[in-house]
Amino acid sequence: MVAPATLRVVRCGGSALHGARAVFSADSYLLCASGDFVKMYSLATEETLRLLGGHADLVTGVQLNPHNHMQLYSSSLDGSIKLWDYLDGIPIKTFTVGSKLLALYALASYEDLVFVVIPKSGERDTFQLVSVKLTKAAGQDVEAREVSVVLTGVDASPKCIAFGREGEYVASVKELNLQVYFFKRKQLNWFSLSATKAKSGSNHFTCVVCHPTEDCIATGHADGKIRLWRNFHHKKEYTYSTLHWHHDTVRDLAFSVEGTNLLSGGVESVLVQWHKGSDCQKDFLPRLGSPIEYISVSPDGALCCTLHTDNRITIINSNLRFSKSIQGLIKSTGVKTGLVVDPRTKALVLNGEPGHLQFYCLQSDQQLFSLDIVQRQYIHQAGLNQADLVKAAFSAQGKWLATVEEREDVADPELQLKLWFYDEETQSFKLNTRISMPHEEHITDMCFRDMDEVEDDSLILVTTGRDCVFKVWVMVEDTDPEAQQSVSWSCDFVGSYHNCQATSCCFSEDGSLLAVSFEETVTVWDSVTWDLKCTFCYPPGKIRNICFGRLTCSKYLISATDYGFLCCWNLLSCALEWSAHLNILVLQPDPLSEYIAAVSWLSKESSLFVFKPNEPRPIYIQRNLCKEKIQLAAFIPRDEPEVIGSEKHLWLRRSQLFFLTDTQELMTLSTKSLEERLTPSSKQLAVEESLPVTPFSLLLGKHRHQQSQEDIDLGQLIVHNKHEQDSPVVKELLHTPAHVLPSASFLCPIFINSLLISKENKSAEEVADEVEMESEEAEDDSDEERDVTEMEQEDTSPVELLGEVMCKLSKSQEKELRKIRKMDYSWISAF
Amino acid sequence: MGEFEVHRGRFCGLVPAGVRCLACQPRGGRLALARTDGSVEVYNFAANYFQEKVIPGHEVRSVEALCWAGERLFGAGLSGELTEYDLVGLRAAPGTDGGGGPIWSMAANSTGTRLAVGCEDGSVKLFLVVPGGIQFERNLDRRKGRILCLSWHPSDTHIVAGSIDILRVLEVSSGHTMQRILVNYQVQKLRRECVVWGVAFLSCGTVVTSDSFGRVQFWDWERGTLLESHTVSTSAVLSLAVSEKEDSIIVGTSTGATYQFQLLPVKIGSLEKRWVRTKPFQFHTHDVRAVAHSPTALISGGLDAQLVIRPLMEKMQKKSYEAALRKFTFPHRRLVSCARKARLLLFQFSQHLELWRLGSTEETGKDGEVLPLCRLPEHLLQLKSKGPEHIYCSCVSPCGTWVAYSTASRFHLHRVQHEGGGVSVEKVPKVPKLLLPAYQLQFSSDSSSLFVGSARGSVHVLQLLEPGGCKHLHTLRPPSGSPEAVYLLAASADGHWLAAVGGDWTIHVYNLKCFKHHCTVPTYSGAVTAIAIHPLTNNLVIAYSDQQLFEFSIPEKQYTAWSRTVQKCGLHKVWLERDSPITHITFNPKNPSHILLHDVYMFCVLDKSLPLPDNSALLMNQSTLKQLPETARQRQLHAFKICKKFQVGGGVSGCVPGGASPGLTSCPLPAPQPLLFADLLDDNCLVMVERPIMDIKTQLPLPVQQKKFGT
Repeated sequence: MVAPATLRVVRCGGSALHGARAVFSADSYLLCASGDFVKMYSLATEETLRLLGGHADLVTGVQLNPHNHMQLYSSSLDGSIKLWDYLDGIPIKTFTVGSKLLALYALASYEDLVFVVIPKSGERDTFQLVSVKLTKAAGQDVEAREVSVVLTGVDASPKCIAFGREGEYVASVKELNLQVYFFKRKQLNWFSLSATKAKSGSNHFTCVVCHPTEDCIATGHADGKIRLWRNFHHKKEYTYSTLHWHHDTVRDLAFSVEGTNLLSGGVESVLVQWHKGSDCQKDFLPRLGSPIEYISVSPDGALCCTLHTDNRITIINSNLRFSKSIQGLIKSTGVKTGLVVDPRTKALVLNGEPGHLQFYCLQSDQQLFSLDIVQRQYIHQAGLNQADLVKAAFSAQGKWLATVEEREDVADPELQLKLWFYDEETQSFKLNTRISMPHEEHITDMCFRDMDEVEDDSLILVTTGRDCVFKVWVMVEDTDPEAQQSVSWSCDFVGSYHNCQATSCCFSEDGSLLAVSFEETVTVWDSVTWDLKCTFCYPPGKIRNICFGRLTCSKYLISATDYGFLCCWNLLSCALEWSAHLNILVLQPDPLSEYIAAVSWLSKESSLFVFKPNEPRPIYIQRNLCKEKIQLAAFIPRDEPEVIGSEKHLWLRRSQLFFLTDTQELMTLSTKSLEERLTPSSKQLAVEESLPVTPFSLLLGKHRHQQSQEDIDLGQLIVHNKHEQDSPVVKELLHTPAHVLPSASFLCPIFINSLLISKENKSAEEVADEVEMESEEAEDDSDEERDVTEMEQEDTSPVELLGEVMCKLSKSQEKELRKIRKMDYSWISAF
Repeated sequence: MGEFEVHRGRFCGLVPAGVRCLACQPRGGRLALARTDGSVEVYNFAANYFQEKVIPGHEVRSVEALCWAGERLFGAGLSGELTEYDLVGLRAAPGTDGGGGPIWSMAANSTGTRLAVGCEDGSVKLFLVVPGGIQFERNLDRRKGRILCLSWHPSDTHIVAGSIDILRVLEVSSGHTMQRILVNYQVQKLRRECVVWGVAFLSCGTVVTSDSFGRVQFWDWERGTLLESHTVSTSAVLSLAVSEKEDSIIVGTSTGATYQFQLLPVKIGSLEKRWVRTKPFQFHTHDVRAVAHSPTALISGGLDAQLVIRPLMEKMQKKSYEAALRKFTFPHRRLVSCARKARLLLFQFSQHLELWRLGSTEETGKDGEVLPLCRLPEHLLQLKSKGPEHIYCSCVSPCGTWVAYSTASRFHLHRVQHEGGGVSVEKVPKVPKLLLPAYQLQFSSDSSSLFVGSARGSVHVLQLLEPGGCKHLHTLRPPSGSPEAVYLLAASADGHWLAAVGGDWTIHVYNLKCFKHHCTVPTYSGAVTAIAIHPLTNNLVIAYSDQQLFEFSIPEKQYTAWSRTVQKCGLHKVWLERDSPITHITFNPKNPSHILLHDVYMFCVLDKSLPLPDNSALLMNQSTLKQLPETARQRQLHAFKICKKFQVGGGVSGCVPGGASPGLTSCPLPAPQPLLFADLLDDNCLVMVERPIMDIKTQLPLPVQQKKFGT
């Protein structure tokens, strides 16, 4: 058996794309810095083709090698410059500079020099532009310490430095100063603006670009102006003209390849094209969705792309027509909806661009589509209260979608509940019912009665509000003959409890019970008669989250309070089963198993606990999951159960856990090791790879290829064997709670059978039926086993303890079970 | 109780006329300006852009084009006549008929020997400049369509003429049209006519046009092709001017914006150059009808009556007061005269005079307090001048019974009788025939005689006789003779002395007892902007356009000790950097060491008894000074007590008899307003005549509607 690998936290989306300007390669790829990686997108299909990983910190610069357009330089905060063969994803060389690199510039006119921005040693917040000599020494990791300072007192942003035509000069802007350094004449010219009055904003410089063929520098300013500087080789007779359209900061500028047009973008999310530096001739591409952060132009001039603050990339034709949009996880101002899973597409659903719901496909790291919920023009203006989406919920089949939008306004809050019906024909959601002011105050939670039945009449929506009530909404036949749809939603029941604010709600798995938390109390209601069945209270602290257990644990109700208690209630006895002292932020049940994931936040680190409600001990604990606060989590069902190597990670078999941090980075837990994930890119090629193609090299290559093929085959074989050894059957068998298991003697044949290649299916089915009957009896027994255990927080032993138990179990049982050979194990999946 | 009781009069309805055309004297230091009312002004660059000469307008003589031919200035207008302006005698010579209907444009060739005139009928006519006038030479090729603009090629071989939709290049020698260029080609679909408002012919053969579509275009005239087109505005580009070096162009648009174009190298060291639109300026609210390009400044004039001189910083050697942006709205001479004893004000407008009686109050108050009026200011009478000519000058006698004014051809004297509340006016018959026009009028302080500043440096002395008559006593002339007209006069309070300043800026002092020339003030190279004689010491105080102040003792015929000290120490830097000339000087008889001076933006009490400020001292406003504690104020005490932009404070208490103007009652210190006139009445009352810019703006036609972001 493979040693149980620890789970690794893997970033899988949402990394900020705006570390540097994107780069168009000569062969229709787009290269972008994304977190610690460089992402390569295909311009034709918008797919993420490759992820160049290897930097240990944020990537701050991406530049094509000007002397070999198949190679790419990237710089990172980890102090290294890497040269990549980006087509194959192979790092060719790593140049270690030593200090943090904040921006990278590579120029055609310098053979072996690149320019980087580094912090000035000994001084805080002062940066300098230096040239780095990239030595041609052999070897993969090369030190590049030959550094000479070009400019001091530059800004840290890569947008604040630009190189002029043919690298003759470099322009740098910071605050109110523009400095231009001419390399040949070794002349430095300073130009400064006088600070203006605060009325129209400051006129600080924000970005700079240089004209590709003429001596012209374009600078963007914080008050929205663009200045075109000319004659700047004269200290006195310099001149500039002003272009003004933006009402807020100009975030980036780009000249077209010939330099005839200038592109500018900012917070207005409008790309402006200025013709020939004229104030009167300009074109606009509006409604790009979110503020523009970077603009880059392809070397052939056919395309340009804008990087947006919400991590979207827009590809735009040269005639300023929108062409494509590459969007991974859209960064929204706040994910208020939580992470919702669309049952239909298994996509992650959350707030997208303002007022929209994004459907994010995890497998392809792409946005499937964006549903406009608010359906109002979003105005980018500070201090403007605009309606935004705050809640979303899907019905079990994904047929109905309920959304809540609200406008934060102290005097007059606006609330809308919308119900959307999935239209099979158009393959999209259609608005069915719009309810304005469903509650007097904010809606705190919302859920559908989650039943797999197809009939619509069992579908119920419950909303809880701060106005101390929860409301039940049902579908009714629409009597109006002119109505386009046959059904609409209306309120059926209003419940309240001691005039306390309703904070969250949850249906039990079979839909018979509704749990609503009212501040410190959890109330359980019968979903047919709407009678208050019982209440649970475990002061102090208001209830943050509640959820019902699933499958075998459906008799448990879990709640987390803001005073740091996690409680598990038994619904049959109405008693506290166990409680633990944990500051739980996220409580997320897996829809396909009994497991519940809870994420706690304690002293600047997030920890993950996975437990089953019927067991007071957690199955899995991962401390220090990440340094950031985890706001949301979701289990996404896997298409097919994954092979899990270790028992501890069995809970990841059916679904995958994703979580979203404060900075809106989507992370997941992976059982695969780093090597497995990064195989293609980390496989490093020898230097010969770049040799010219000769018959010999071809022969050599072929030979190698064969060899590697063999290797792979071998590997597969090994994997196969492993698969046989620890089959899921065994796992399932071993991890089913003891009280539901049939007697050990009965199980033995099943176990043994699982180790054999089954021949007849018929007999197996018969046996399965018997097993099911037996297991029901067993369940009854298990009801009596109640032991309220207090989980010790400081004690880290549970894991080891749990592991030991598991070990014992498997050892003792394995011996016995080995004798029996003819059983099927399909009964387990019936659960 | 303050030092003065201040009357703030805002009842003067003066609206300066809009600027119609500007012309820089080639290779010279003067700028000619014509206003929409037909008046022509000449500004002198060397004298800090002082408004040196004014030729008042004429009802029918509109000026559409103005050009210099060497030292001579010609104008032409819709009357179809060409007029030469006599800059020495300050009058327009009789016009020569152009013979082609209204004249829209005129240009002189580079040598100043010929004038080309563009007429309504589409003809371009050439006139020869001959001594004493002009002479018709010939017609060039005539086509339909009025010629709105003209420009000579610097080599004088070709003329480019801009018309509606079309541009023509004419050869001077043959008179034929060499090239026709349709400027409307690109936008013909719109079926809007494209008016070429401005044209310039560069020596390289490029023709620059500005048109009503808001474009500035560069054409190759020989091929008839468009080289470059810059759209600078959504409204018309009305005016265009090229620098003499042909590396910079200024254009003015109908939205009030002006733009500069510069010929800049595309790359460092390469010969390829391109015209680039560089600096935009928005100084005007209305149409910029005229622009001019001096070697060191961009000059623009608009229908909002402003003349804006924007120096080019890169041409300046150092930051000095030459590098300041100047905006002139009001004339550099006074249009208001005051009857000190009778508390009357006389306002001079282009074709009429208004006589007002000041309001009065019986209360006293603290500093800065607004006193209620017991009698409102009263409009006593309006005197309309007869005929089409505009008024040159006017004056009211200190006793308030005499009002005199002069036009180009006539001199009028009226006797005003105050009967109870009413006023009757009576024209004095049989005024003596004088050498006209009169450029300045001044009554003696006892109202017994009138001094008339006239041409050739002469001053006529008229004796006023009761009840309503006058007699020519004497004519005073400078001993050496002078061709220039007298434009400033000052009489001493004791009736002993008279000082007169002519166009050559020499100050002659005459003795009135024996009607003899007393002395000439030693020349100082500067334009005299104001003079006054002290009532007690008979010292002549002189203000120059470069902000220098001199005090000359008439009895001793030399500069006083104080004046020498001032010259030795030098005036304060900030004082010298002011950009508007001092227009009036007066004295406080109760405090002989005080000199009261003002320009359009400030009022200053100069106390000779206090030390002069050095450059380290703060030449600050009285209102800021007032906020300092007493000890600090003592330390800051110096000779100049300035109330900048009339925040009346310091030792001045305010009584504001400006009941006629709205919005005054609530605010004790209203927003600063341009000052037309300030004088001290006999009873320690300071009268100030203000003209709020906003009041002028409201009387102008609406500007071009522009969408302003955020409104």
